[in-house]
Amino acid sequence: MSQHPKAGHAAHADEGKHGSVQSYIVGFILAVILTVIPFWMVMDSNVSRKATLIAISLFAIVQIVVHLKYFLHLDFSTEGKPNTFSFLFTALVIVMLVGLSVWIIFSANALMM
Amino acid sequence: MTSHVIQSHAAHAAGHGHDHEHHDSGGSTVFGFWLYLMTDCILFASVFATYAVLFMNTAGGVSGKDIFELDFVLVETFALLLSSITYGFAMIAAHKGNKGGTIRWLLATFLLGAVFISMEVYEFHHLIAAGHGPSSSAFLSAFFALVGMHGLHVAAGMLWMIVMILEVNRRGLAPRTMTRLTCLSLFWHFLDIVWICVFTIVYLMGAL
Repeated sequence: MSQHPKAGHAAHADEGKHGSVQSYIVGFILAVILTVIPFWMVMDSNVSRKATLIAISLFAIVQIVVHLKYFLHLDFSTEGKPNTFSFLFTALVIVMLVGLSVWIIFSANALMM
Repeated sequence: MTSHVIQSHAAHAAGHGHDHEHHDSGGSTVFGFWLYLMTDCILFASVFATYAVLFMNTAGGVSGKDIFELDFVLVETFALLLSSITYGFAMIAAHKGNKGGTIRWLLATFLLGAVFISMEVYEFHHLIAAGHGPSSSAFLSAFFALVGMHGLHVAAGMLWMIVMILEVNRRGLAPRTMTRLTCLSLFWHFLDIVWICVFTIVYLMGAL
């Protein structure tokens, strides 16, 4: 994508947007690594429960970023910005929606015990 | 909407008049489709929140630890991951104007999607046959709702893929077909991202 720096015309950015064989393979290899490690951690490793929980969450977040970059081609170029910012806004909504729901319900649960 | 696209298309063709103008008219369609995917994200997030709230309520029945088979889920994950890269190759072939290659990669993607869906149907059937259907507990209701909703999206994507294979075969890689292929590509990669959340939160954390 860097070979089309701030192309004034959308058509040029589009050429960068559909990626190359190489970028798909890099994304795929990263995704495989980021999938196999958390499965291995849960299936047969002696890492403590809490550490595993934190680690697999981080692996999931990193893998989502890898997919967004290599498969969905999100970036901060002029043409990519609207997609990226609408995604970031959605991510904010999701963090509030899921995070606050879980917080409220688990607190309520704890208070009822 | 349609008239807007046509207008901007016409305005652009008049302004530049070279063979790349289709990227611009398709651009607003693709962006609109992306916004739809963002709302779909929020739909999935709501169901994830529901699952997170309900997963401990097993009503004395099975929990995730008893029913999840991680090696099985790992194979499902790989089927979906491979289908993401084969769709990527279909798009690369399409941008090169390679009709036969596009159809072959789309077929490969479809088959990998079929592997994923068959495995999921097998898993659901297995659970229901063992008496762990969605009506057994709040945990299982939430599990079937979340994983089933993702599965329905994948099935819809496969249906769309058949339509695209027929369209590419009949009409070739016209600008409008390219726009549709791009939308399906976003949809398909998006489902893979949702699956990362599913296998991490439902299967891995459930089996922990």
